[in-house]
Amino acid sequence: MLTFITRRLGTMLLTMFCLTFVVFYMVNLEPNLKKLAISQMDMRSSQQDIEAWLARNGYRDAFFLRYGRWLGVVQKQPNVNAETGQVTPRFSYCNEPAEPYYGGILQGDFGCSTKFKTPVGAKLFPALGATGILMFWVMVVMVPVSLLIGVLAGMREGSRTDRSLSVASIATTATPEYVSGVIFTVVFASWLGVLNGSAASATSQGVTFYNFTLPVMTMAIYGIGYIARMTRASMVEVMTQQYIRTARLKGLAFNAVVIKHALRNALIAPFTVIMLQFPWLLTGVVIVEVMFRYQGFGFTLVEAASNNDIDLLLGCSLVSVFVVLATQLISDVGYAYLNPRIRVS
Amino acid sequence: MELEYVGAFQIVLGFIRQFWPVWLALAVVLALTYAFKPRLGLYGQLFDSGVGIAGVVICLFWMFTAIFASFIAPFDPLGQILVMKDALPGAIEPVSGKIYLFGGDRLARDVFSRMVFGSQIVLVIAPAATLFALMVGTTLGLPAGYYGGRIDSVLSFLANLVLAFPVILLFYLLVTPGIMDTPIPYGMAGVFFFFPIIFFCTLFYTRYKHRPRLLAVQIGLTLLIGGWIYAGLVFNADPLGIISIRPNELNIFVAVVFASSPGVFRIVRGLVMDIKTRDYVAAAQTRGEHAWYIMLWEVLPNARGPLIVDVCLRIGYTTILLGTLGYFGLGLAPESPDWGTAIKESSRLLRANVHPALPPVFALMSFVLGLNLLADALREQSLKD
Repeated sequence: MLTFITRRLGTMLLTMFCLTFVVFYMVNLEPNLKKLAISQMDMRSSQQDIEAWLARNGYRDAFFLRYGRWLGVVQKQPNVNAETGQVTPRFSYCNEPAEPYYGGILQGDFGCSTKFKTPVGAKLFPALGATGILMFWVMVVMVPVSLLIGVLAGMREGSRTDRSLSVASIATTATPEYVSGVIFTVVFASWLGVLNGSAASATSQGVTFYNFTLPVMTMAIYGIGYIARMTRASMVEVMTQQYIRTARLKGLAFNAVVIKHALRNALIAPFTVIMLQFPWLLTGVVIVEVMFRYQGFGFTLVEAASNNDIDLLLGCSLVSVFVVLATQLISDVGYAYLNPRIRVS
Repeated sequence: MELEYVGAFQIVLGFIRQFWPVWLALAVVLALTYAFKPRLGLYGQLFDSGVGIAGVVICLFWMFTAIFASFIAPFDPLGQILVMKDALPGAIEPVSGKIYLFGGDRLARDVFSRMVFGSQIVLVIAPAATLFALMVGTTLGLPAGYYGGRIDSVLSFLANLVLAFPVILLFYLLVTPGIMDTPIPYGMAGVFFFFPIIFFCTLFYTRYKHRPRLLAVQIGLTLLIGGWIYAGLVFNADPLGIISIRPNELNIFVAVVFASSPGVFRIVRGLVMDIKTRDYVAAAQTRGEHAWYIMLWEVLPNARGPLIVDVCLRIGYTTILLGTLGYFGLGLAPESPDWGTAIKESSRLLRANVHPALPPVFALMSFVLGLNLLADALREQSLKD
């Protein structure tokens, strides 16, 4: 077990290294660097100004040198004025020292956000916290509802309940967040007026039922169908097992059989599915946060990507890749733990 | 100037009337299906369940809508008629006397016509990209599952690498206007579009290598058609000028193929690992067949059931991905009538006007729902066998 986890952690580190390298390559493409320079200066800057800005801030140094700086194996250099020899920090708003230093991921320094004019850590971690709150409520809604639907549908295969619940869950998997978001906003905010169509106030004034229900509903609905279908399949399989028949034949009530004998075995498979749902939720988070203007991780990612904020974008991708890989690991380990027949080696 | 409106009943009637080519085509197809049902195999069996009929009808509806779009849509999807700005559903356009069935949007375009033309973009890109992803995933998944070992480790690592990327970040990096100045999309397109050619050449070669004349015809045709499409799509240099793709569409296409082929790879790999333990594979190995013959002619046909179901689901998922791209304004032109872009445009103005948002939303939802129902019915059928 321990070797398994160590090996998986090793693969994880390698994956993160490869992915950050790819992202680093993409954000440093010539058009993207131009976009960054223009967003830092103003729209009318001349070609020479852009070039000078890029050179002064070290964006024209060798590619691997800069990747090494971001990783923290090469020293970051401050700006040196060529004429006076005066040394100034690259980005004064990030409290960078005016001397060469090691400041990369390995030192725990995520770099400096050029868009928000603050260290990446100061922007990223509060945003992650905000998204954590959203995720928490989504899970609170999504998991019980989908498990309930799945168990009810899978309990008696082919019954009317089963068929209508199955069609309903197929329908929710056909409804991506930007579709259900629009429908819910139209119904609950525009027509009924009972809920707020924007979660912007959740950031400043705290989460309330009024401003947070729509984002949570929108995100939960897409996942519900998928998890419910998996639960149903697993429940159907369990209900055909011998021990269920034995329990029925010895005279136990149907409900008691479902709750005592079937449920525990039927919930192993959905556990994996729920864990693997996190990467999907990550995309959902981006859509929902943009749609409802909630200042979380997804909102930050979009801002970083559309302004080519290199360090922030790298930080975002590092976090999301970590989330994806960590949930995969947890789901594998947890599956082996829950199902004694599976042995990891 | 005051606009005149028709009532809700008239709108429904007008809606039904505008779709007449679709109803006609649907009626013909369904009549033929019922007439020849016993001989149609899997397709005929779909009509045994309500879910299957609903899936087929919805998918056919959108397919015919895309084909007959120019007959159905009363207006130009990009045409702006200034009086009709933010017109409510059922407004009568004063000059031509035709009706804006679902009203006008912020830029005074007909929402109904845009929805109809949007289906064209979605129904061309989504299935085509899925098929390319299927080719790429299959060609790589077969050897990974069959040989195992180092090939499998390397390919699986690469697939997991792509899958670990959050889709949205991938799109933001791959589908920006700037990237079209670099050779990256063309390079990726060159690689991806090469897979179908390799696939079909290997397919024919392994089966017919002892019949050189037939083989020559097949390989020649594959290279000719494949090369023609390849030249048109990758280099935009189709000598006949029929096949061409705009750079931004190529970019989207490549990004969608890139994002969905690892999923196909994983499924094919899993299926092959399961099937290669069967007796008929062992028999073929004993006969001394070539490994690729076994993969393409023994394993792949027996994996078709789950693959067909997956393709159906995946077309739906690709449609959702395309919508996501449109929703974030990536790739497609801002005035493009596709559903994702239309949803983005209208969802920002929901406070002012609700009606432009609903048609593209329900169009996208119903199409994906149709595909999902179809996949569900297909799965039921394959479980029966």
